[in-house]
Amino acid sequence: MIEQVADPLPQQGYAKVVLELEVNNHPGVMSHICNLFARRAFNVEGILCMPVADGRRSRIWLLVFEDQRLEQMMRQVEKLEDVLAVRPHGAGHEVFERLEDFFH
Amino acid sequence: MEKMTGAQLIVRLLERQGVRTIAGIPGGAILPLYDALSGSTIIRHVLARHEQGAGFMAQGMARVSGRPEVCFASSGPGATNLVTAIADARLDSIPLVAITGQVPLSMIGTDAFQEVDIYGMTVPITKHNFLVRSAQELLEVIPAAFRIAMSGRPGPVLVDVPKDVQSQLIEVAELPPPAEPEALPPLDQGLLAQAAQMINEAEQPVLYLGGGVVHSGAAALAVTLAEQASMPTTMTLMALGTMPMDHPLSIGMLGMHGARYTNFVLEEADLVVCVGARFDDRAVGKAAQFCPKAKIVHIDVDRSELHKVKNAHVAIHADVTVALEALLPQVKVTLRKRWLSHVDSLKSRFPLQLPGQDDPRTHYGLIHAVAAALDDEAVVTTDVGQHQMWVAQAYPFRRARQWFTSGGLGTMGFGMPAAMGAAMAEPDRTVVCFSGDGSLMMNIQELATLAEEGLNVKIVLMNNNSLGLVYQQQNLFYGKRVFASKYRGAPDFVRIAEGFGIKALDLDGESDPRAALAQALNTPGPCLIHASIDREQFVYPMVPPGAANTEMIGG
Ligand SMILES: Cc1ncc(C[n+]2csc(CCOP(=O)(O)OP(=O)(O)O)c2C)c(N)n1
Repeated sequence: MIEQVADPLPQQGYAKVVLELEVNNHPGVMSHICNLFARRAFNVEGILCMPVADGRRSRIWLLVFEDQRLEQMMRQVEKLEDVLAVRPHGAGHEVFERLEDFFH
Repeated sequence: MEKMTGAQLIVRLLERQGVRTIAGIPGGAILPLYDALSGSTIIRHVLARHEQGAGFMAQGMARVSGRPEVCFASSGPGATNLVTAIADARLDSIPLVAITGQVPLSMIGTDAFQEVDIYGMTVPITKHNFLVRSAQELLEVIPAAFRIAMSGRPGPVLVDVPKDVQSQLIEVAELPPPAEPEALPPLDQGLLAQAAQMINEAEQPVLYLGGGVVHSGAAALAVTLAEQASMPTTMTLMALGTMPMDHPLSIGMLGMHGARYTNFVLEEADLVVCVGARFDDRAVGKAAQFCPKAKIVHIDVDRSELHKVKNAHVAIHADVTVALEALLPQVKVTLRKRWLSHVDSLKSRFPLQLPGQDDPRTHYGLIHAVAAALDDEAVVTTDVGQHQMWVAQAYPFRRARQWFTSGGLGTMGFGMPAAMGAAMAEPDRTVVCFSGDGSLMMNIQELATLAEEGLNVKIVLMNNNSLGLVYQQQNLFYGKRVFASKYRGAPDFVRIAEGFGIKALDLDGESDPRAALAQALNTPGPCLIHASIDREQFVYPMVPPGAANTEMIGG
């Protein structure tokens, strides 16, 4: 029963990717999602979340590094009860580019 | 319209869900729920002595029945004491609904007395969890908790209920129907046909069965598949019993403590059909070198397991029963004479060695003597350590749900309370818990519960007065620097058991240990059977952690 801890994969040098998540809107949803990324040593580079429609749901935008585990990671995110859909977009997606202005 | 409190509503919903026994321990923040439970004529409460024990009792019930079972704990320390049992259920995919009391809503977040954020703490160890904010929400949350726990790949769900939500009065027009499992994922017929073709074209295929076969109730189908396609079949720790160990196609357990020939057969396979298993590191060793010549077909109800550790050539997201039922008609009846005779020759050259199996005073001999005194209807649980691996290697498991062990988390202290849960759910069975002295002391307080309940649980204590598996690892991998793994004191377990009101037998002093054992095992009611085990006996063969499965030592 010796523990084997996997080394986190180096993330530099990989392309970034933007994930769009459709989720239920209630306290706790964010912690379920962030926990999962943290566990697998995925640094979430950017995060944006606002309620949509009548406020029963939210849309979360995440900016993460693309690496070979991303596909599997997305499946794990999809498995969460409160996550309704996950859509990947290229890093060039304008949602984070337009936000840049607030970070200078 | 019916007026009731949140607590009464919970009890009603649990009754309707078919819950008949709940293990737990009360405390301030869950007293309204206990008060409501005291009014139930349908649900029986078993008072554990530690919440971890209650959690494992619920697990034991769930492991035999396959249905979600329930445990209760109060807020704060009550809830944190449940954490290990919940994590254990998560890693072994056991349907469990843990209900905890919480401080009143207005006090959450203020460091109130006995407040912990059990919701936050259990995010990574539950399939899902809830913090209930009104009695009204219970109408949705309780059925949802059961639905989630039992759907797809089963798992634990925690429901944290603040005290004022338990006491809140609501008007209920109609109770929701009991939860049912969600619809299973649709089967991809194209992929299934590809899998069938790969099986039909393979020359040296192996079937690799995991716990998913047990959860899905697909053991008989898996055996049929093996027979139809002449596939030697290996099982994970979780799947032992799905194919009877004396079936001609069984090649036993794979992995860290599998037989040499088993790991060699896998090395030569040209196709591995993995059903309801997840390429766990204890089973596959160094993943890159597992089945180096084989194509992989992987069937699992959890899509995130597909391609996680090993890339599959064909990955089928499906319930195991559904997939196997559809697969069988497409698999040709084949007798692979050459492959099977090669497997036989590997088996006779590198067999599983069980030295001392005829002497009940040795570890393997004791396990065989226990098995000889029982039939296949008995249930076997273990704790964690050498004794667990010896039982996995040597006990003749012949049916699914015959054996329960803490596989994924490897929790010492699992065995006895889980055995008690199994006996509560199926009181007609004899339940045997093989334990080590280290593990038994992790939940030894539950002997009090066992005595009170009078369950038909036999504890076979394999006492080497040490943390045997740690001692073994220090001897093999840490230059024999034995540290903190030998006990200096030696508690008298027979007197301890008797002190709790449990009958006890010391095999060491018996002139005919086999007869004494058989008599103790076949007398109804609880009993502790003590046997000294030589500390220098190690579990072999062994794949050193991080090595490939073919690099076994010993055995
Ligand atoms: C709760 C817990 N703590 C620590 C461990 C690490 N561990 C694994 S096996 C083992 C020794 C078990 O000793 P015992 O129950 O006496 O069984 P034996 O190996 O001697 O058969 C330990 C300490 C564990 N698996 N679980």
